[in-house]
Amino acid sequence: MTSTADIRPDLKLIADLVEPNTRVLDIGCADGELLAYLVANKQVDGRGIEISQDGVNQCVARGLSVIQGDADNDLAEYPDQSFDMVVLSRTLQAVHQPRNVLLELLRIGRRVIVTIPNFGQWHVRLNLLTRGRMPVTKALNRTWYNTDNIHFCTILDLHDLIEAEGIQLLDFVPHQKSGKRLNMGLSRANLFADQALFLLESKN
Amino acid sequence: MQASPFNSMRLFDSEPLQLDGGAVLSPVDVAYETYGTLASDGSNAILICHALTGDQYVASPHPTTGKPGWWSRIVGPGKLIDTDRYYVVCSNVLGSCLGTTGPASLEPETGEPWGTRFPVITIRDMVRVQNELVGALGIKKLLMVIGGSMGGMQVLEWLTTFPEKLHSACVLASAAKHTAQNIAFHEVGRQAVMADPKWQQGRYYDGDTAPSKGLAVARMTAHITYLSEDALTQKFGRNLQERDAVTFGFDADFQVESYLRHQGSTFVDRFDANSYLYITRAMDYLDIPGRHDGRLADAFLGARHVRCCVISFTSDWLYPTIENKRVVHALNAAGVPVSFAEIETSFGHDSFLLDIPEMDRMLEGFLATATETYAAEQSA
Repeated sequence: MTSTADIRPDLKLIADLVEPNTRVLDIGCADGELLAYLVANKQVDGRGIEISQDGVNQCVARGLSVIQGDADNDLAEYPDQSFDMVVLSRTLQAVHQPRNVLLELLRIGRRVIVTIPNFGQWHVRLNLLTRGRMPVTKALNRTWYNTDNIHFCTILDLHDLIEAEGIQLLDFVPHQKSGKRLNMGLSRANLFADQALFLLESKN
Repeated sequence: MQASPFNSMRLFDSEPLQLDGGAVLSPVDVAYETYGTLASDGSNAILICHALTGDQYVASPHPTTGKPGWWSRIVGPGKLIDTDRYYVVCSNVLGSCLGTTGPASLEPETGEPWGTRFPVITIRDMVRVQNELVGALGIKKLLMVIGGSMGGMQVLEWLTTFPEKLHSACVLASAAKHTAQNIAFHEVGRQAVMADPKWQQGRYYDGDTAPSKGLAVARMTAHITYLSEDALTQKFGRNLQERDAVTFGFDADFQVESYLRHQGSTFVDRFDANSYLYITRAMDYLDIPGRHDGRLADAFLGARHVRCCVISFTSDWLYPTIENKRVVHALNAAGVPVSFAEIETSFGHDSFLLDIPEMDRMLEGFLATATETYAAEQSA
């Protein structure tokens, strides 16, 4: 079993927002790094959804409960408010129906953490402006025809959707891919942050 | 009476077995095999449940055919289910014909074979017998119960009926209910048996008159459902059987015909036609969600402490991924910890019996962590 003491810095930002002894669903949990950390250090009842066979096998070998599936197809079966926290990390841009998925997350979870790569970051903007081609950057490292990311959005785009749906934004943490927090508001973050974390709750 | 060639235990001698259908059975003989040694703290017991025409010889040669145990690929010393470490139990299901009480057994009142007077049984009845056997072997709690196809159905009934006796459960290529298509295929098989004049309403046990033709046809039909179009095409295509051209007759011109005929004719040597009727009926009657007003999750509310693993195969059209996923979603909704994977194969339903490395990796990880957590639970 791999060490659960350290995790990727951007996952640590998520972990810090999870309360101990709660029920957590991690959608797109990959090899289970975040879930294993939460189970070991915060004693959560953790569940995962992961699309790849390899990821599922790694999770199972870690003793995690993980279902092979994806956010577009497998959320409807979960009962309302069955988790204290639902995490969708760097996955919203890869789903077919981002709005539906976002609403499903809020139906299933009391609170929701969504992180996105920021398509509004200045590298990306400059890249498109000067090269005239879909940007390929460190954070968005695939070409347009083979990227999994089919619904690119910026920090402001997601914020607009959150407002339009009447979702409560409890916390906003723009950060670099390294996990370094950026202490700035929405508009500046939209220009400078590699990615951003949104902590959400239903209004009712 | 001849000495039984099977390891066998007589159960339900004083307390009869109450069947779902309302009848009672007493006594019930159970034929079983064990491998490995039960640990002194009883923490290493694994029950393996066999499929429709399977048997207790999971890791040792079949006494009639001489073939290696049906899951000896993964069960045995040093194997995935390591019998140097685990105590493995596999019993012949109720209604079968490898030593456990079934329609070919003698009815106590008459001393004659039961035939079709044998009561109709269910998958849950099979599990009640297994539970009794497990207790009689001194096992208080199973580290794991595992099975594929009908074996998986038994695992699901363990979860609904005796969850307190389980630490973990693994279901391969299975379903919580039989669909119309599942029932339809089984009905074809049963009609083939019953249309054979040698069946004689099930009273064929005296003399050499078993309904082998009918049973062989039933097996041929069923065998097709265990494979896939891809598997058949890869294996046989339109290849001819030991000839250069079709014969314009009804011989087995094609290899696939010859293969199916062989499957049918070898099956009848090792299986009783009435057992085939009873066990297929038990599977058809399986409807766990139906017992709970369609809410399958309600069936698993007592199993929240059981670690579960469900595996399906992309090419399995008999118990396809969607049926396995219904089970997964219900377990999840009931709060049961469950892992699931749909494994890519082209071999159809029988994949769970084959060498599929991705399946092995998943099983290995699941068994290792189940063992770890059970040990932690016991030392706590």
